[in-house]
Amino acid sequence: MIEPSSAVGSSADVQSSELHRHIAYRLEALEQEVARLSGRNGLTVCVFSGDLDRLIAAFSIANGAAACGLRVCMFFTFWGTTLLRRPRVASRGKRLVERMLGWLLPAGPHAVRLSRLDLGGLGRRMILAEMRRKGVPDLAALMEMAKNTGVEILACGMSMELMGIRAGELIDYPGLRVCGAAQFADMAAEGNVTLFV
Amino acid sequence: MSERKTIDLTGMRCPGPIVQLNAEIRQITQGAELEALSDDPAFELDAKAWCRRTGHELLALASADGIVRARIRRRA
Repeated sequence: MIEPSSAVGSSADVQSSELHRHIAYRLEALEQEVARLSGRNGLTVCVFSGDLDRLIAAFSIANGAAACGLRVCMFFTFWGTTLLRRPRVASRGKRLVERMLGWLLPAGPHAVRLSRLDLGGLGRRMILAEMRRKGVPDLAALMEMAKNTGVEILACGMSMELMGIRAGELIDYPGLRVCGAAQFADMAAEGNVTLFV
Repeated sequence: MSERKTIDLTGMRCPGPIVQLNAEIRQITQGAELEALSDDPAFELDAKAWCRRTGHELLALASADGIVRARIRRRA
């Protein structure tokens, strides 16, 4: 079938503009990939604190950054490691001091306290009720969200050792690894933003 | 190119709307549009920043009666 020459011309224009758009998409994807590979697009968070309010802030920023396409890594050290403990784990095989730390320190997102106005749990319950009422995601929800946004979690081996936290006590989180200062430094060096919480 | 999906993000607060937006944009085809409604006061600036970061095209951003409406075209 022979088309009129004008129709042939316009279909060629359409093809050319589609090709142009396709190339523009590919170029942008490549630019993003280059930015990612050159490490100019990464957030590293050192989570030292085990306070509920600080942890909510850390996870909110981490999730937001991951959704914006940044590679996000959270390194949990000292009091922060308590968030990565599963609650109610048998303390068999631990020394007395380790057991005591196990009892005294919180375990998991539902046990951590506010840094201010916790008021023995009363203030915490008030804040959590307000968060629910206002649609602000709580810490457990933020941790679930982090699994989906691809936030990486590292646990400080030294802190775990110090507090008597065994690898088997850690929460189920995809890709969770135990590491030290060198791995943290490596992640931080690969990214361009580092926060200490 | 007239394909457009609307998502209701009202009731969600930071970082919920942006995380949801990021998940939804993956569900549509390249070049298709997504319209997002949010009552989060942070959403107006966050939607702009998210588009800048991810490279998706912000076609329109309007706020009325406490509802921010963002129209976004998926790139790459």
